[in-house]
Amino acid sequence: MTTDAANPAAVRTAPVRDHGSVLWAVTDCWNITRRTLTHYQRHPSAVVWQLGFPILSVLLYGYVFGSAMKVPGGGDYREFLMPGMFAMTMAMGFMNTTVAVVTDAARGVVDRFRSMPMAPSAFASGRGAADLVVAAAELTILAVTALLMGWRAEGGVPAGLAAFGLLLLLRFSLIWVGVWLGMLVPTPEAAGGLYAVAFPVTMISSTFVAPSLMPGWLGTIAAWNPISSTATATRELFGNPVAGGGTWVEEHAVLMAVVWPLAITLVCLPLAVRRFQRLSR
Amino acid sequence: MLMPETGSGAASGYAVLAEGVVKRYRGRGRGGTEKRALDGFDLAVRPGTVHGLLGPNGAGKTTAVRVLATLLRYDAGRAEVAGLDVAREPRRVRSRIGLVGQYAAVDEGLTGRQNLEMFGRLFHLGNRRARQRAGELLDRFDLAEAADKGAKEYSGGMRRRLDLASSMILQPDVLFLDEPTTGLDPRGRGEVWEAVRALVAGGTTVLLTTQYLDEADKLASRVTVIDRGRAIADDTPDALKNRVGGDRIEVVAAEAGDLDAVTRAVDRVAGGGLVVTDATARRVHAQVADRVAALTEVARGLQDAGIAVEDIGLRRPSLDDVFLRLTGHGAVPGGDGRGAGNDDHIPAEVAA
Repeated sequence: MTTDAANPAAVRTAPVRDHGSVLWAVTDCWNITRRTLTHYQRHPSAVVWQLGFPILSVLLYGYVFGSAMKVPGGGDYREFLMPGMFAMTMAMGFMNTTVAVVTDAARGVVDRFRSMPMAPSAFASGRGAADLVVAAAELTILAVTALLMGWRAEGGVPAGLAAFGLLLLLRFSLIWVGVWLGMLVPTPEAAGGLYAVAFPVTMISSTFVAPSLMPGWLGTIAAWNPISSTATATRELFGNPVAGGGTWVEEHAVLMAVVWPLAITLVCLPLAVRRFQRLSR
Repeated sequence: MLMPETGSGAASGYAVLAEGVVKRYRGRGRGGTEKRALDGFDLAVRPGTVHGLLGPNGAGKTTAVRVLATLLRYDAGRAEVAGLDVAREPRRVRSRIGLVGQYAAVDEGLTGRQNLEMFGRLFHLGNRRARQRAGELLDRFDLAEAADKGAKEYSGGMRRRLDLASSMILQPDVLFLDEPTTGLDPRGRGEVWEAVRALVAGGTTVLLTTQYLDEADKLASRVTVIDRGRAIADDTPDALKNRVGGDRIEVVAAEAGDLDAVTRAVDRVAGGGLVVTDATARRVHAQVADRVAALTEVARGLQDAGIAVEDIGLRRPSLDDVFLRLTGHGAVPGGDGRGAGNDDHIPAEVAA
């Protein structure tokens, strides 16, 4: 270790490596990803806790209300329910991102990162990459649970993979919503209050009930909910009951399941970046 | 005011140099008033020393540190850290500094060791070197025993030490410590002080902000006092204390109605000095030359007049007194819109 007390500035003459390169951005991104994954490695039960709500919902809706639920156009309600549950879990995932970002901001971790010679993009990109890995793990666990409860995907392997791809695409777009909100809310406690908003938003969709069974205006809102597009598209791809109401947005669910996440990303990614840059103002 | 003796230019010879730095914040909303968090701030820190930056809440301490640590852009003036221009070469500055903010920037989801390894990798040390450096720092900051425990279980002092260790990965030339002991118990403060002394012995320059005069007194060889975004004094702690003078007598009246009588009694022993009356706390205090005589006289006078007091005593000069003497107002800001906690721009930013 260097101990030249007279002039520490002269001690380290090693040139600073070029931190602007893409390679460093990728390396830093990976290091931040690894950090988040280490959280889960240390506390694997965290994933199970997060999945408690969707699994409980599946049990409640599938078995308690299930027999009273009807699926327009016929089909098993539990078959209808599972893809909705996958989509809802992806949608609620933005809360993980929000809480993680606001916690880092409130604890000064964001400032520490910003005072370091790392790539500024890595904080969000690493967070997002880790969130996608976690989301994939969540989907796997949920799918296995669904299979145990009798759910079947009958659309073939490529269509099934495409369905999971659309689910992850939705989650990807919500990373930027999460980062943006995480920079916006003042405290982790305040972020918890977002559940109150997020919950109805996920409910007013085709997650649990077909929009065609709702009052007209509410059904229209539910049908145009981005979560509905992903849910309906994955139902189609999995070969599960779709229960479409014949509206344009439901007829073009796969297209909309691509368009919505791209639109959300196009709006929220720049907002998140701007928010991050405004930290230095 | 505080112009460097060696003139300006990249090779100023100072570890930290600020000249006339201005940082403006625009008030929120349309027609919001502009606030100057820094208003021509000057600072010169010699290499290898601990330099204290003292000031009340809202004086601009945190803003100054955030500007120098490249977290905030400034609007005018010049700032240099480790011989590098802060505005022009923020990335190079970042590889030469460490920052310890008001909250321990510790990842509670990781162990102490994992925290240090993560920061090491983010400083591009590579896996092997990051592991090695983490081990060294855990030993050096006396955290080896708790290294593989979750940081969540650490005490306040341990968190702070881990925080310090994280900022020392690259052995920075300049370390910014922003109120590192706020919220710590006396033992935790002692632990942090020990760590800071060890760092300086290793050649690091430390810029320390604090609200505690005794902290600056224990650690800093020089102190800059900041008020309303400007440096209003720059001296050794001893010289500052001499300016404040000796002990103060302090009386807390039992009844608010007796405040005038108490003020008069204190005024008689103040020798013409300033007598401060705090109506909300029912407290009156003033500087006194002869401690015991003043205490006796005030106590007897109040007793003779039949005035009940809740508390009466002598106390050592505090930062409050330094401010009173230097600025004419106390360390606790009044209703001028710079209320407590506003020093830090974070709440406003995040809440916006």
